[in-house]
Amino acid sequence: MTALNGGGRLTAPAAPSPARRRTPRRRAGLAGYLFVAGYAILLLAFGIFPTVYAIYLALTNDRGQFTGLNQFVKVVQDYRFGPAFTNILIYLVMWLVILVVLTVVVAVILRSRMKPGLSSIFRFLFYIPGALAGVASVLVWLFMLDPGVSPASGLVNALGFGTFSQVIAPQNLPVIFVLIAFWTGAGGWIVVMYGALNNIPDEILEAARMDGAGPWKSAWFIQIPMISKWIAYMTILAFAAGTQLFVEPQLLQSASLGRLNPTWSPNQLAYVLAFQFGDFNGAAAVSIFLLVIGLVGAGILVTRSGLFKADTE
Amino acid sequence: MTTSSTRLPSTARRGQASRFARILVVVLIMALLLIFFVLPVIWLVLAPTKTAGELLSQSPLSFGAFSNVGMAWSHLVSFQNGILFVWLKNSAIYSGGSLVLTLATSIPAGYALALTRFRGRKILLTITLLVMIMPSASLVLPLFLELNLFGLIGTAWSIILPFSFFPFGVYLVYIYFATSLPSEMLEAARIDGASEWQLFARIALPLAKPVIALVAFFSFVGNWNNFFLPYLVLPSSDQFPIQVGLNQLLSSTPSFNPVAGAGLNIQSPELALSIIIAILPVLVVFLFSQRALVSGMLAGSTKG
Repeated sequence: MTALNGGGRLTAPAAPSPARRRTPRRRAGLAGYLFVAGYAILLLAFGIFPTVYAIYLALTNDRGQFTGLNQFVKVVQDYRFGPAFTNILIYLVMWLVILVVLTVVVAVILRSRMKPGLSSIFRFLFYIPGALAGVASVLVWLFMLDPGVSPASGLVNALGFGTFSQVIAPQNLPVIFVLIAFWTGAGGWIVVMYGALNNIPDEILEAARMDGAGPWKSAWFIQIPMISKWIAYMTILAFAAGTQLFVEPQLLQSASLGRLNPTWSPNQLAYVLAFQFGDFNGAAAVSIFLLVIGLVGAGILVTRSGLFKADTE
Repeated sequence: MTTSSTRLPSTARRGQASRFARILVVVLIMALLLIFFVLPVIWLVLAPTKTAGELLSQSPLSFGAFSNVGMAWSHLVSFQNGILFVWLKNSAIYSGGSLVLTLATSIPAGYALALTRFRGRKILLTITLLVMIMPSASLVLPLFLELNLFGLIGTAWSIILPFSFFPFGVYLVYIYFATSLPSEMLEAARIDGASEWQLFARIALPLAKPVIALVAFFSFVGNWNNFFLPYLVLPSSDQFPIQVGLNQLLSSTPSFNPVAGAGLNIQSPELALSIIIAILPVLVVFLFSQRALVSGMLAGSTKG
């Protein structure tokens, strides 16, 4: 429940700036409850309850006895803990920088520098791989990274990799996961960013043009600030998805016939703890670490990006 | 200052040169990205037309023969007496059922969070953001134990209900209504005597088509492609969705030998074909969603 307190503080900066004054109506209040009821039930059952349960598991042992922070100490001292979190950090930094820069640049190009027909063809082609997210994308990239069958075998060879096992060497894993994540994830976000850019009234861009702003100035000073909420939102979700990397390293690990580290990512560590060692409490403790990291990252983004600006009181 | 007249042409030339450089950069970015996104897809579509041997020996982007596709298809269909179709049906039930529940709960919830004021609204919004940010895989294990507690393990509900909880969708709807629907519009209708339900159904919903399309395709694509939860919660093969089935197809293929990816080639045409079949429904949904999304957004921006 510390999570909730943290979140409450995050929204505080937005509160003192009520843009519109409105007297709340009791009728609207009652309707509000009815509108959110279905969602609130799902939230309690599959959001709050499992979270509380994970915290409970992390604070107890396998006999249900309260053990304080012992589970956390135990997993931190585990020799697999440090490397797993270092791996995911390297991956996250590369992934987020590439995602944010390229997605926004491409969306602006598609919106402002291209004919609508051509732009929609591009968006469609960029999105197609998104349909393969998960197991399918990993399988496809196993082929793409295998110099024997890959259409980019020339490039793979030129980079100094003669065989598939050389390609999936441990030091290459973050790059490989960024490739897979970008291939399946970026197109969807480009569509969303494009949609957000489309929502900016033409008059605003027209006014900027009259004031002598070129397309790049409009992009930097008008379009990107106006979709900053969506950019922050994308970053938060990509961050969250990045910390929970599981299917990709897991399948790559089995494709390497066990030569890769089975606890490359924190979630793999939690999985191994739970299903190979039967240590649900330790696995829950690792999950809580991931959860706290996600919350801190989100807090930084929320306070810096003004995600809550539309939240008038 | 006196030299300004001689500088003018050169700055103009430099301006022209830098504009050319910018266009070059744009073209280069788009071309490289196009190759990156499209090349694996083209390879995937062509792969089932070749035998495993041809995949190795022939050019990666060559076309084999249609008869090879038929061969790969018959191999796939005969796998465990056509369990492929069972997996596809399961995926349809899980994704379709949760899509209906997600839309029914997230659209009104996002609307209420954006445009009505009630006690606890801010807390609900904050919790929504937090739970949405929380890595969902970190909840898979506790979810498994929770579902076990309520005796839902191995039922369709053990997938559909957790899938239906979609805070991302609620937040998308919230953001959309908060930025696109002026509350003055609702205020005017309220003064005219419209009920809260009429405000939602007559004013908000018709404007919400783009965001409904957004939520629908994110939900459907995410759930169709979800692997982790069904992998843990569903014990028997005839309950698997296609993603878990794909994994089983891989691991129970006798000739599949993952050493250095070399063994992948033996079954690669069948694998490529099964990947294509597994993603087709998502592709179809996207075709419809994108049209709704783009036209809806364009209509929204010109109207208001």
